[in-house]
Amino acid sequence: MPTSTANSATAIRAADVRVDASAPGKRRRIRSYYPTWFFIPAIALYVVFFAIPTFSSFYFSLTRWSLFDSTFIGFANFVQFFQNPQLYSSFVNTLIYAVITSGTKVVAGFFLALLLTGPVVGRGYLRAVVFFPVLISTIGVGIMFKSLLDPFHGMVNAVLGFFGLPEPGWFTDPHLALYTIAAVDVWKGVGIATLIFMAGIVAIPHEYFEAAKIDGAGGWKTLRQITIPLCRGATATVIILSLIGGLRSFEIIWVTTGGGPGFTSDVLASVIYKEYQAGFFGLSTAGNVVLFLLVTAIMVPLSYVLNRKQVEL
Amino acid sequence: MNRRRLRAWIVGVIAILVSVVVFLVPFAFVLLQAAKTPAEASNFAFSWPTRWVFFQNLRDTLTSNDGVIWRAIINSAVLTVGSVTLMVIISAMAGYVLARKKSKWGPVVNFFVLAGLIVPPAVVPTIWVLQGLKLFGTIPGMILVETTLGLSFCILLFRVFVRTIPRELDEAAVLDGAGPVRLFFQVVLPLLRPVIVTVIVVQAVFVFNDFAGPLYFLPGDQNVTVQLALYTFSGQNLSFYNQLFMAIFLVTIPPLVAYIFFNRQIVSGMTSGAIKG
Repeated sequence: MPTSTANSATAIRAADVRVDASAPGKRRRIRSYYPTWFFIPAIALYVVFFAIPTFSSFYFSLTRWSLFDSTFIGFANFVQFFQNPQLYSSFVNTLIYAVITSGTKVVAGFFLALLLTGPVVGRGYLRAVVFFPVLISTIGVGIMFKSLLDPFHGMVNAVLGFFGLPEPGWFTDPHLALYTIAAVDVWKGVGIATLIFMAGIVAIPHEYFEAAKIDGAGGWKTLRQITIPLCRGATATVIILSLIGGLRSFEIIWVTTGGGPGFTSDVLASVIYKEYQAGFFGLSTAGNVVLFLLVTAIMVPLSYVLNRKQVEL
Repeated sequence: MNRRRLRAWIVGVIAILVSVVVFLVPFAFVLLQAAKTPAEASNFAFSWPTRWVFFQNLRDTLTSNDGVIWRAIINSAVLTVGSVTLMVIISAMAGYVLARKKSKWGPVVNFFVLAGLIVPPAVVPTIWVLQGLKLFGTIPGMILVETTLGLSFCILLFRVFVRTIPRELDEAAVLDGAGPVRLFFQVVLPLLRPVIVTVIVVQAVFVFNDFAGPLYFLPGDQNVTVQLALYTFSGQNLSFYNQLFMAIFLVTIPPLVAYIFFNRQIVSGMTSGAIKG
């Protein structure tokens, strides 16, 4: 957000001025009241449970590994990973899934936010009901939709059948499973996107809308020329958050299809778990490294571009 | 003006109808299934139960499989309370110093905090580390892992919030003779209350709902969490769908209660954490 950046910038400047104005002796004393050892618990946890596993994963991905001893085998794990068409398809699925869920959340979240910040009857209720799925567990949501979308007994197909429409096997059709899961993911997660967009829309100063109205701009034009450009910060946040979530997605896939039917809805995270379960720890870690590289390769340039545009605004 | 009102009504009513179908029907379905007999529940029909056996199902669900759900609820409670407490104290300390102290290390620290948000955790090497520390498969080990996973988000929130607390307050406390520890715990920490509530609610919901973490780091029946129990339950008891849905309902109650009580806090915390971070 341009405004918040400006605020914190002035805050920092004011603080500097104050420190400079005070006597040198006092300045040193005040500084020592922010002890560096306050970082130690955070750094200790971060290093032990995050940094060490992350860095050692680069080594272990190059080994045949039993958790107790490891044999160095070079890039064999990665070769196996990309030679196996099923594993390769999980790589592609991860990308498809992340793009679909993230894109849908951006569009649906934006229009829901527009609706929920506008003059509409039952706004409080609508806000609550859209956000609630965010809070309930993915496992519960997965089981719920598995029952609702069951090809034989499920309620959705019963309704479709009643109107004489086709009754697809939502989670059992190989061509459909990944997209069904993506839809459930959007159902569960669109509330966060909506919330962020709502915050972005509310932060736009009223004068802009009034000026547009005086200039005779209609609803569509106001939306395109004012709301969408001025929501860029929120859009960037939603894209970044939902892409990270999409690329790392595991729980909803595991509980609904387990990567099936066959391997058609497998993503990197589910393959990593399967390899782990089968005892191929080195191979599993290699999958984790691929996921790490994929997320970094997408997120670092993307967040750089999105944030730069924000500054230009 | 009248036309605008009419539009607000029409759009609102359509939105409410759609929301009922899309969001409320699935929840109602769970609740109705949880009140049915096993035979009726396995039909998956969206219908009123012919015989209400809600409380009997509740008792059966809590006692089935040697009361595994009950044990899971206790484990999940310990895990959630433990890791959220640690998260609040540790990241408040780090976020506070990070916001106050200007040093050349700032950008480096920021880089690592952001990395913690973006980078997917290396799961199997984490198991290896936990085993080395003799903490694998234990609740304390799981608490430390969950705490670490939440650190980045919490530190970002605390850092943003500390900036809104005037420095004069620190100076006044110091002049009154407070040491660094007292300054933080007695002066600053109480002022952080709004953001602490946000962190508690958001992270408690997250830890309570986490499935992948316990799946990797808490194998075995003894330390089962509610999400794991729900997952195993859905694999086994295919003849007791009523109990499965009762379990889903039970597991949904804590977040529901948290939502009802802290609605505003969750909303403001999520947005400030997501946008200003």
